[in-house]
Amino acid sequence: MIEKFREWYENRHEYQKGYKDRTGNKIVGYFCTYTPEEIFYAADILPVRILGSHEPQDVTEPHIFSMFCPFCRDVLAQGIKGRYDYLDGIAIGQSCLHLRQAFTSWDLHKNPGWSYFLPMPNHVQSKRAVPFLVEEYRLLIKKIEELAGRRITDDDLRQGIDIMNKARQVMKEIYEFRKEDNPPISGTEAMYMTCAQFFTDAREFLPVAEDVKRELASRRLDRDPGKRIMLVGSENDDIEYINMIETLGERESVGCTVVVEEHCTTTRYFWDEVDTNIDDPLRAIAERYVSRTPCPSKDWPQRTRLQRILELAKDFRVDGAIVIQQKFCDPHEADIPFIRKFLEDNGIPTYFLEFDVTVAAGPFAIRTEAFLETLEAEEDLF
Amino acid sequence: MAKYTTEPLRCWAKAKELRKRFYEDFKGAHEKGGIRCVGSAWALDAVTMGLGRDVYWVTGEPYGASCAFDRPLSADFLAAAENFGFSRDLCSYMRNYWGSIIVNKSAFGGAFPKADFAYTQHICCSHGKWYQNACELEAGDVPLYVIDVGVGAYPPFQPEMYEHRLRYVADQILDSIEWMEKITGRTYNDELFFEACWNDIRVTHIWAKICMLNRTVPAPLDEKSIYSLYVFATLQKSRGQFAEFYEELLEEVEDRVKRGIAAVANEQARVMTDTQPPWGFLKIYRYLETCGVVSIGSLYTFGLEGMWLYDEEKNDLRPRPMPPEKPRSREEACMMLADWHLSKPQYQHFYHPEYKTKMMDAIAKNWRCDGIILHYNRGCEGLSVGIAENRLGLLQRGNKVLTYEGNMGDETEFDLPATETRFDIFLESLGLKKPEG
Repeated sequence: MIEKFREWYENRHEYQKGYKDRTGNKIVGYFCTYTPEEIFYAADILPVRILGSHEPQDVTEPHIFSMFCPFCRDVLAQGIKGRYDYLDGIAIGQSCLHLRQAFTSWDLHKNPGWSYFLPMPNHVQSKRAVPFLVEEYRLLIKKIEELAGRRITDDDLRQGIDIMNKARQVMKEIYEFRKEDNPPISGTEAMYMTCAQFFTDAREFLPVAEDVKRELASRRLDRDPGKRIMLVGSENDDIEYINMIETLGERESVGCTVVVEEHCTTTRYFWDEVDTNIDDPLRAIAERYVSRTPCPSKDWPQRTRLQRILELAKDFRVDGAIVIQQKFCDPHEADIPFIRKFLEDNGIPTYFLEFDVTVAAGPFAIRTEAFLETLEAEEDLF
Repeated sequence: MAKYTTEPLRCWAKAKELRKRFYEDFKGAHEKGGIRCVGSAWALDAVTMGLGRDVYWVTGEPYGASCAFDRPLSADFLAAAENFGFSRDLCSYMRNYWGSIIVNKSAFGGAFPKADFAYTQHICCSHGKWYQNACELEAGDVPLYVIDVGVGAYPPFQPEMYEHRLRYVADQILDSIEWMEKITGRTYNDELFFEACWNDIRVTHIWAKICMLNRTVPAPLDEKSIYSLYVFATLQKSRGQFAEFYEELLEEVEDRVKRGIAAVANEQARVMTDTQPPWGFLKIYRYLETCGVVSIGSLYTFGLEGMWLYDEEKNDLRPRPMPPEKPRSREEACMMLADWHLSKPQYQHFYHPEYKTKMMDAIAKNWRCDGIILHYNRGCEGLSVGIAENRLGLLQRGNKVLTYEGNMGDETEFDLPATETRFDIFLESLGLKKPEG
């Protein structure tokens, strides 16, 4: 069943077009994980996250100045190239300026007839954020109702919460297997899984994930797991890179397994659930998005990510962390020196890699291998 | 040959003195028992003034620009920030500022004065992080308060400024007052706050009125001079001295208009620019002047601090009228400040480039510009966001547009000869030529 995730990842457009034909439901593409999917599900609209295709930039130069991150340009390229012409709408929850440009350029040049910018509060540590966000959700709901052609009730919202929470729960249960000494799921497979959730209806994702969970209970991977690695940083669905480092052990003296990540494609996206004990579903959703592990663009004045990263590192017993950053990603760039110091002060060696949408496979493999060797050397020494 | 009469600004010496005193006040604050406060040029500094008349400010962006103006010094600061682990593509003001802390050296001489607290606002992804990191670099014991102003665009770009959006910002301001009392141990004085709030509104309103006068041909002010004048609104909008200075300046510029005094005696063509200039290379403006080109300003110099409203029907920008009277209660002052600042022209493009394109086109048409020069500024993501779409939108509206790449605060990312060559080609397209020799 685990292969299904890869199929969904690689054939996202086929799935989504087929989904529309099968269900007659509308699809809205969203650009950032601060978009509340629960509310779209409540309206029977499928929210799908738009990721890039890891191809060299060739169409976005007139639209986004090249000092902005390659990911946001790759995302925009998907729209300009007409790969998402089947969408009924686009939406973004306010986060970084980079991705916002992909949204606004898409809005200018490929607007499917419905678009929405949600002013998700930046000051998520303020007690004023939740009441503000609840009111913003009310405006969003009015706009979604226009697209859906029907009212959204509290029961619909609870249904949306239930759909998303169940998917989050099963993901976390699957992640538990990654804590094992020899994890039965590789980092590559896990990344296919987490990203597949962006591209599919969570109600169709869920039974497959449940099957995978059962399968993992008895699955054994015929490989040496090597060093246990954590990936930390900005948007990353660079499966080629993960696969490359996880197969290093087949070619070199050192190998590794990615056992956990802190990215907006992985744990920052799904780790936190909506609290169903809160009566008002809109408030419950707002609480979830305000209190989730933040994108660094919202992680101030306290740098709360540090503790979450450390908890994950300890729970998954990592030997080292590779700090990954999309080139030009300012919010992460501002955090990186402090994250590295914090992890290293807590006994977790780190290595920094700056990514573009296309991976320089050779040099990145050598650099990662060198980092893994330093982890070996420490063991020899002590 | 000169077409118009020109003369220096009479208030120039006073402007220099005011700026010098501003930085000296910050440095010497502790000797007078005062408080040092730092934050963004967009920080709502008026709120801090309720702590007393002895709160002295430094704002990061003009400080970063001052570093950049001194290229060798800036190179040291930038290298220090990079050595610490900060990426070279981060905001160059921010890197100069962090570098100053790391090497403990001020661009105005001596050690970098440590702030008592940081009070800033957040709309660009770097704002909150800037002072979070600065406070951490200062041994981690400088308290920080950040007000989130990213609540969506102001009318006419949105149908209305919803009550809850104003309330969100105003409530954060209210919370900050309690916070400041706690960290300073001082009792907050609302009357001082109201006075500072009114100064802020005066400064940002009068500045817009001054910029309106540059619609005149010949332009009474050129942008290089404007940089030395708009800066007061970026240093501290709530400072009474600066409000008074702007009143004097308004009178003087009105007088220049009346007497036909030009900033550039040989004004033959008018351009507008966008974003911060490469501060270490302001001579590019003098280069334009040798060809008879005056840069009349930009949405950046007009609307970074100046308060305007865009008229969609007339495609025009007009100074936003001041509220009818001063605030009379703390809550009213917080709401007034929130509403006033959320209409800031330079906030609007954070939500959509189209809003900025409209305002820039309004400047191009109403200030009678022959061309537009966009600085693709690698040093500032906040003001460069959407700039490529601005270019396309301005071209579609019939404007002639030139772009050049550079960096406001990092000289290594600016190529002077290449930029001058681009200017030459653009000026030729406007029918102008550089004088021989």
